[in-house]
Amino acid sequence: MNTIETIKERYQQLQSNNGSSVLTPIEQHAFNTFNTLGIPTVKNEEWKYTRINGVFNKEYAFNPEDISASISESDLNAIRFPGDEKTNELVFVNGLYSNELSTIHSENLTVISLEEATKSEYRELVLQHLGHSSKYINDGLNALNTAFAAEGVFIHVKKGDIVEHPVYIYNIIDARSANILAQPRVLIYVGENAQVIFAENYATFGAAESFTNQVTEIVVEKDALVEYYKIQNDAAHTNQVTTTHIRQIGKSLVNTVTVSLDGGIVRNNLNIAMEAEYSESHFFGLYFLKGATHVDNHTVVDNVKPHCQSNELYKGAVDDNATAVFNGKIFVQKDAQKTNAYQSNKNLLLSNNATVNTKPQLEIFADDVKCSHGCTVGQLDEEALFYLRSRGISEAAAKSLLIHAFAVDILGHIKPEAIRQHVDELISRRLGVEIE
Amino acid sequence: MLSINNLHARIEEKEILKGINLDIKAGEVHAIMGPNGSGKSTLASVLAGRPEYEVTGGSVEFLEKDLLELSPEERAGEGIFLAFQYPVEIPGLTTTNFIKTAVNEVRKYRGQAPYDAVQFLKLMREKMAMVEINQSLLSRSLNEGFSGGEKKRNEIFQMAMLEPKLAILDETDSGLDIDAIRIVANGVNKLRNKDNAVLLVTHYQRLLDYIVPDFVHVLYNGRIVKSGTKELAFELEEKGYDFIKNEVAQEA
Amino acid sequence: MKSEDVLEPQLEALDEDLLTIHDTVNQEYKYGFVTQIEADSAPKGLTEDTIRFISAKKNEPEWMLEWRLKAFGHWQKMEEPHWANLHYPKIDYQDIIYYSAPKQKPKVNSLDEIDPELRKTFEKLGISLEEQKRLSGVAVDAVIDSVSIATTFKEQLGELGIIFCSMSEAVKNHPDLVKQYLSSVVPITDNYFAALNAAVFSDGSFVYIPKGVRCPMELSTYFRINAENTGQFERTLIIADEGAYVSYLEGCTAPMRDENQLHAAVVELIALDNAEIKYSTVQNWYPGDKEGNGGIYNFVTKRGICRGVNSKISWTQVETGSAITWKYPSVILKGDNSTGEFYSVAVTNNHQQADTGTKMLHLGKNTRSRIVSKGISAGFSNNSYRGLVHVGKNATNARNFSQCDSLLLGDKCGAHTFPYIEVKNNTAVVEHEATTSKIGEDQIFYCNQRGISTETAVALIINGFAKEVMNKLPMEFAIEAQKLLAISLEGSVG
Repeated sequence: MNTIETIKERYQQLQSNNGSSVLTPIEQHAFNTFNTLGIPTVKNEEWKYTRINGVFNKEYAFNPEDISASISESDLNAIRFPGDEKTNELVFVNGLYSNELSTIHSENLTVISLEEATKSEYRELVLQHLGHSSKYINDGLNALNTAFAAEGVFIHVKKGDIVEHPVYIYNIIDARSANILAQPRVLIYVGENAQVIFAENYATFGAAESFTNQVTEIVVEKDALVEYYKIQNDAAHTNQVTTTHIRQIGKSLVNTVTVSLDGGIVRNNLNIAMEAEYSESHFFGLYFLKGATHVDNHTVVDNVKPHCQSNELYKGAVDDNATAVFNGKIFVQKDAQKTNAYQSNKNLLLSNNATVNTKPQLEIFADDVKCSHGCTVGQLDEEALFYLRSRGISEAAAKSLLIHAFAVDILGHIKPEAIRQHVDELISRRLGVEIE
Repeated sequence: MLSINNLHARIEEKEILKGINLDIKAGEVHAIMGPNGSGKSTLASVLAGRPEYEVTGGSVEFLEKDLLELSPEERAGEGIFLAFQYPVEIPGLTTTNFIKTAVNEVRKYRGQAPYDAVQFLKLMREKMAMVEINQSLLSRSLNEGFSGGEKKRNEIFQMAMLEPKLAILDETDSGLDIDAIRIVANGVNKLRNKDNAVLLVTHYQRLLDYIVPDFVHVLYNGRIVKSGTKELAFELEEKGYDFIKNEVAQEA
Repeated sequence: MKSEDVLEPQLEALDEDLLTIHDTVNQEYKYGFVTQIEADSAPKGLTEDTIRFISAKKNEPEWMLEWRLKAFGHWQKMEEPHWANLHYPKIDYQDIIYYSAPKQKPKVNSLDEIDPELRKTFEKLGISLEEQKRLSGVAVDAVIDSVSIATTFKEQLGELGIIFCSMSEAVKNHPDLVKQYLSSVVPITDNYFAALNAAVFSDGSFVYIPKGVRCPMELSTYFRINAENTGQFERTLIIADEGAYVSYLEGCTAPMRDENQLHAAVVELIALDNAEIKYSTVQNWYPGDKEGNGGIYNFVTKRGICRGVNSKISWTQVETGSAITWKYPSVILKGDNSTGEFYSVAVTNNHQQADTGTKMLHLGKNTRSRIVSKGISAGFSNNSYRGLVHVGKNATNARNFSQCDSLLLGDKCGAHTFPYIEVKNNTAVVEHEATTSKIGEDQIFYCNQRGISTETAVALIINGFAKEVMNKLPMEFAIEAQKLLAISLEGSVG
């Protein structure tokens, strides 16, 4: 049975097992959309540089009951971010949230299934915001995830509160006995004047292949502050399409950093809809690619209301046969006067077979705005390299030091020190440089 | 120090301040709280002389002078400082150059000799340390490309440099994470003394944990409807602004 | 780095800034006077006879006349270009006087022999020829209407083998050099205005720096349009031979007149192996009045070629004048390791229009170029940057950095950026950055609230914005240029 058939079968099964829910029409609509659009091909302008349909030529298990998701404490320890005993941990296994493995310490943080949320005080919030990402990403994969939305979770951060300890999200795949298809789905609501930090990673156990098709939607209220860190360092036989969709519905502040170090095909969609005046967002990306890794960062900033400020910087070094794609789009809508939007993408090409495709785009419909965008593709500075070597540093070490230096300013935007150090260690290990 | 008497003001055709009365003495910290659109920021802007607002009635006396007669730069000379809710970006003008010009223009207004480069530098270093601002920000264009938090930090730095008599902080806490709020509050607290005063405009109680006010006033619909001490801020946070709205409705 | 190291130089610069600002507010175009001197002019209109007249007036050799007639032939077949973002009434090329020279003794042996009226003109312009004689520093060639009037420091320069004279003299005394290089960078067929210039150009400056010589002083030409209904068509040719260096300055002014006057110049620069040419312009032609009447139409072709290895050409311009500006100083980077630079501040106010920028053509290996363009628009004006960066197939390791910043004062003006990037070699690194920002009431109120008056605030902002380019000008010009900015933008905000 091929994957598409597996998906269809599971969909029918779930729909007949579960009784009617308010989410059913949403899922049905999405499933029809998926059937119409199918898996995106390179003919789709948004997928021009990333060939994802090949991933579907394999067979995947997509029924979590089929395999034993036996994740041990030592498995968890192997993939944990550094943190203390107060850290909140949300664990997803093969795309489904695991209550048993997760730990929540903060009282102001609520995690329940989306299905459950629709039967609670959060019903209106869910119905209002679930699926908003399809406004920006109208492709088959987004629809495919939404078709199974009821299995996702809802995270609520209480108004006026500071979640003092970061929330770590672990996306775990157990591919020890079969190829796995996983579709994590999360809706996060951050209430007025609340503050919260998220950090997530992806880890696959086992040698079989995996494909993760993730959608995370985040709604940010007035005066709230959200930090979101995504660290991708999974094995080369894993593929991921992740969508992070952020709506700033009140004047708020969002910081995100996406770090991609390893994997097969990795596609990250990041949307920021700035729907309230005076909102501010900073989003950074860092990719260090080698082997045949293919990382595609697609970002959209939509300035809807006036006086917003967005600042985007993605940097990467691409080696061996790896490919980096950057597609950054900034929209400034007609009413979004006094928008300040900066966008920049900087690339180091470290080998002749490495590829960088970069496409910064500005679409401005307002007249009183300040926007800048730029991109560079270059090599390591020969003079700097020579300077270091003339001080007795070997060529390889000198290159590593310069590449590390290139990444430093992005690292600086990871505010929690534990996460920053963790990422720096990953990078330094890759480069073989010592850090203090 | 500051005496506001039955102040009315409007922007375009809309009346926003409908009779404000407020007295601030040297050495005091006052907090103005209130729901969105109550006129908090308007009050701050009117005191600083923002041209879009028209004063339609009442008076403001500041250190025995009629404040409303003065231009914005004269008010700055007299010692009014407004920390903007949304500080403006000025490309090409470095913060250092800007602040040096401001300091010396204000000194000129006060009949003091301008600082030379050495004196200015000394003052700047001292104040930089006080408000924990990174000096690399100061050599960049004024507020250009600064994050919201950096802009707010820069406002407090400018306040430290200009040593105002009355500092008005217009929602300086918004958009700041908890560490940044602590730093900003620290800066303000270090600058407080018996000869100056602070007027905090804020929507939330959080900032008042760090800068403790002597008085809290609730502004609603263009008037101060309730005054009290720090406890009033907690009450507001707990019950929400609806409780004020209801109280006002009942009284009417 | 210690904070002192960064701050000290900034603070020094700061005092200078403030000093010049206060001196210069409240000034109008101060070069708008007319000098009453008799002129010797050609009749209006342009035919082959006009060209023969000009050539005869200048006692030119036959080859020069033929060259002009050939250009004229091309020009007649060409059409005026209209792709630029400029709007102006049709120019009647038959309603222009193509040659006007101040009547004076045909040959000036010393400065004392110059017409006293003319000398007063130069004093008003701030170029005292007497002063120049005493102060070593700048050698001046003065071109009024169409003719080079006086060149200073000739002898001293001559001792080094440097030739600095008018084009007319060069045609007579150095025909081999002229024949070799004239129109080698800007061919007579290059564009409509260049062809027109070749046909009717009346004078200009000629510079030759011999092998291995660093020109010890700035060379300078002041251009002045004086007579009515006159077009000015000067042509400048600068050659830096192997290992030579020269810094050249050009300044221009014109009287205030109601009608438009045409200026169509050509400048050609040639840098051979290891040579460097630095060319600076402060362009202050009359921009027209506040309603947009009068002013100079400035259609100029400026191009340099880095012909030799390791050569460098740098254009710096401060443009505040002219009703219409159409100008793209360019560099052809032919020699390996050669460098091209373009630094520009273009200010437009009232109804001025500017379409200006540069072209950097990377042909050789390891060639580098840098473009810094600062456009300031005020009033009802429009300011466009148009730039091309071309990296040819064989231009391995080419590097370009471009930065285009626009500043809008008020909301009736416009700023436009048209960058063209063509890369045919994959080792190239091309970086382009552009920003547009606006100074409005918010910014001014912010300054006011900190105790800074509106006038001071505007001056601070403008000088800060333009500083990176101003710093590239030689000292003598930098102060003048800074004053010009303040004058051009007086009263445009607040």
